Amino acid sequence: MTRALGRLLLATAVLMVLWQLVTLAGVPRYMLPSPVAVLETLIARAELLVEHGLITLGEILAGFVCGSLLGVATALVLSRWQFLRATVLPLLLISQAIPVFAIAPLLVLWFGYGPGSKVVMATLIIYFPVASTCYDGLRQTEPGWLDLARTMGASPARRLLRVQLPAALPALASGLRMAATAAPIGAIIGEWVGSSAGLGYLMLQANGRMQTDLMFAALAVLVVMTVTLYFGVDRLCRTLMPWQPDRLREGGAAPP
Amino acid sequence: MPSSSSRQTSNNTLQDCDDGVLRIEAARLAFTEHCLFDGLSMTLPAHGWTCLLGRSGCGKSSLLRMIAGLPVAPDASLSVGNGAGQPLNLRVAWMAQQDLLLPWRRVIDNVSLGAAMRGERADRERAMALLEQVGLGHTARRYPQTLSGGERSRVALARTLYESAPLVLMDEPFAALDALTRLDLHALAHRLLAGRRVVMVTHDPLEALRMANQILVMRGTPARLDSLDVPSQPAPRDPATPAMSNNHARLLAMLDEVAA
Repeated sequence: MTRALGRLLLATAVLMVLWQLVTLAGVPRYMLPSPVAVLETLIARAELLVEHGLITLGEILAGFVCGSLLGVATALVLSRWQFLRATVLPLLLISQAIPVFAIAPLLVLWFGYGPGSKVVMATLIIYFPVASTCYDGLRQTEPGWLDLARTMGASPARRLLRVQLPAALPALASGLRMAATAAPIGAIIGEWVGSSAGLGYLMLQANGRMQTDLMFAALAVLVVMTVTLYFGVDRLCRTLMPWQPDRLREGGAAPP
Repeated sequence: MPSSSSRQTSNNTLQDCDDGVLRIEAARLAFTEHCLFDGLSMTLPAHGWTCLLGRSGCGKSSLLRMIAGLPVAPDASLSVGNGAGQPLNLRVAWMAQQDLLLPWRRVIDNVSLGAAMRGERADRERAMALLEQVGLGHTARRYPQTLSGGERSRVALARTLYESAPLVLMDEPFAALDALTRLDLHALAHRLLAGRRVVMVTHDPLEALRMANQILVMRGTPARLDSLDVPSQPAPRDPATPAMSNNHARLLAMLDEVAA
């Protein structure tokens, strides 16, 4: 683990040095600010970045929670009442043909200039991946487990919640990890389309004023938030599934 | 047709047949193309092992599933009843070829799974006592994947015992084990399931001869059930005696022969 972290830091450092060299070669600051300049801006404008960052973070987290809950609920309902599959599932698939970006202006119109429309956007963007991975997981339960539960007199609801849902957790976990990286996209797009606060708003403003260093600083904050969210979700999933062996760590890339 | 919803009200029929034998009557399984069996019946004594043998595909596993009230194939038409002309509605303990331990439940919680499935409070003391009986008390807090195949089978046996259902249905429960582990489990299962009514489907004639109080051979199309005398020694019988080899040869011949 520490070795992997060390390698990651080394790779990042090499990239930073390359970046610095490129800017030293004479690329103007408004095109590509040097990493040192971005770092300076990060420190100098920390207050502004934190203020807008917290707004975006709130939107991302709210969207992540809403989208995940809605996705899991949809998967459970579809598994429990099979007749819904024929009607709801095609509708869901068709809805995925609509790019969320295309309806972003509409969402701003409906849910306002504030965080509401951004939360809805993030929710929409992660809803389907979560619903479909969870639903697939629910359907792929070992049939023998369901037989056993039946002979024990388990009701269909109990079979769903006590057998199928835990069995679907690994599949759901990969959906949630995917959602953790997609939720920020929804929030940022929402802020671009219409808002008066948030990192997306800040980036758009900075871009218009040629404050490219501020834009990079905002981007850096966003990256840190997304990566933290991803690893937080990953850790949470592992904690919820203590029985699940960590195959990557056990059998994966052996250290040379 | 026994449906999953009718299983909830299952306890009563057991009481009726607890005084003695349980009769399974008029079992019928047909697909659109062909009929696997029709009018099969068997008599299961109040306790003891009934072993069901037959070639692959003869329908013995389906018959077991029908008795358990489990769904068979989607296009199958099936019916099975008890002697009184009513559909079977039995509470059974089910043990399949795989151990079917739930990986997210600790060993002790797998033993008391039935309580969780019925929404009852788990009797941890009883689960623990059963786990000790199969010699795995020390693994109670572990997750199943840390156990060996033989240990997992023993946990599955403890879970089956926890059900305290008077009819235990087993579908090749020991088939995936190595020979020595299987012999151990035979002895253990025989000891712990004494006094229960057990029906075991098996592919292994020696296993049937070792364990059974009654051997039923399923053969022919549509299949019928023929019973075979079992050796007189008490089970579990030593597989290395001449009497066992004789019986083994007879049983193999019987399985091979096409029923008239």
